Amino acid sequence: MAIREIDTSLLRDAIASMAVEINHTLPADVERALIDAKSREVSPQGLQVLDELIENAGIAKEGVFPLCQDTGFAVVFLEVGQDVHFLGANLKEAIEEGIRKGYKEGYLRKSICHPFTRKNTSDNTPAVIHTEIVPGDRVKLTLVAKGGGSENMSRVTMLAPSDGWEGVKRFVVKRAEEAGSNPCPPIIVGVGIGGTFEKAALLAKKALLRNVGEPSADPEVARMEQELFEAINALGVGPQGLGGRVTALGVLVEMMPCHIASLPVAVNIQCHSARHKSVVI
Amino acid sequence: MLKQEDGKWLLSAPVADEDVMQLKAGERVFISGKIYTGRDAAHKRLIEALNRGEASPFDLQGQIIYYVGPSPTKPGQAIGACGPTTSYRMDAYAPLLIEKGLKVMIGKGMRAQTVKDAMTKHKAAYLAATGGAGALLAKAVKEARVIAYDDLGPEAIRELVVENLPAIVINDVFGADLYEMGVKAYRLAV
Repeated sequence: MAIREIDTSLLRDAIASMAVEINHTLPADVERALIDAKSREVSPQGLQVLDELIENAGIAKEGVFPLCQDTGFAVVFLEVGQDVHFLGANLKEAIEEGIRKGYKEGYLRKSICHPFTRKNTSDNTPAVIHTEIVPGDRVKLTLVAKGGGSENMSRVTMLAPSDGWEGVKRFVVKRAEEAGSNPCPPIIVGVGIGGTFEKAALLAKKALLRNVGEPSADPEVARMEQELFEAINALGVGPQGLGGRVTALGVLVEMMPCHIASLPVAVNIQCHSARHKSVVI
Repeated sequence: MLKQEDGKWLLSAPVADEDVMQLKAGERVFISGKIYTGRDAAHKRLIEALNRGEASPFDLQGQIIYYVGPSPTKPGQAIGACGPTTSYRMDAYAPLLIEKGLKVMIGKGMRAQTVKDAMTKHKAAYLAATGGAGALLAKAVKEARVIAYDDLGPEAIRELVVENLPAIVINDVFGADLYEMGVKAYRLAV
């Protein structure tokens, strides 16, 4: 296989335009899920909220106002073909230059600060970048603009193997219940089961990249998703926590084997403004 | 001031005790006139100033605070997207502001018991705007200017002029909590 050369400026420019696009355009699957949710909702307050969110998506699409004032932490997933050779600026610098450009020119909020002084870095960098080497000569670039309010409601735990599926279910449902109105329900719940402490969290975040409403290809996992979806929507939290049947638009689970001593579980909560997009270069 | 027009509750500052007494959990309210923004960093700085005996950059008496950090304003617009941020992060600061005369807080998400107690004691109410409807809510903002803590960027304190900003009463002075009422009404037995 021949080596394919890619200039990192291509990634920079793709990131800059995606940052603006995702903050103004709700993914089609999420917009559809909001519309579909109206048929499940029985609470008048809940229905009003769903209408407002659909209207909000329509206004944002015009390109003047972003969907949400919290235009997110830039989380980047890179799948790099092993036959790719990058030219130009170093990869991290190119990606962060794209973030700087997109957030400045797109009038997006800069939300990243020092943990203690809380001094804003003023350009929405650094980004969180997850890189994976895969077969082939292409690069798949995914940008997520992750809001702080829903991220704050996320948790990782290390259950005992004896806790089993019931323990996992209890943990996930309790998380959605305790999060309540805080993460802007209706939420999308990303669940990572297995791996290690950090891998479970990464699986949960990766789960959120999947389309809402499309069950896992693994029938065992798809059953778990359905069971969690029903249990979370029975909580009564509802849109914005005002009470109702639509607490979650979807539950997406990713699972992998774990250590014989462990049962890691992570819940990554995503608000209804699930902003992400992928391109292949 | 609170008045009812065509069955709609219309609220504007200054808000009096008797206005707050009429705001019941579950009521929709439309806010017009001047309100102030403030979130995490602004609250921290404001409380530190008050604790040093300094004056607030705006008169807290009868005031309405909106927990929001708007996105940057594009040329020709009054403001960027401006939906509410999660309120519990202001719980540590809210009771002192309520004691100093703050009457209405607008945010989203649950409040601590300490804040609910302060609301009951000093007659204040907590309202929620729709979280994640930042583009829709921007339409209700007619003017915005930074009045303090400019260096905090999106977290600076702004004076907004709003017109019919929609909100819903979550916690009233009588101890009712719409979030608890909602879950109770719609929870299914599993």
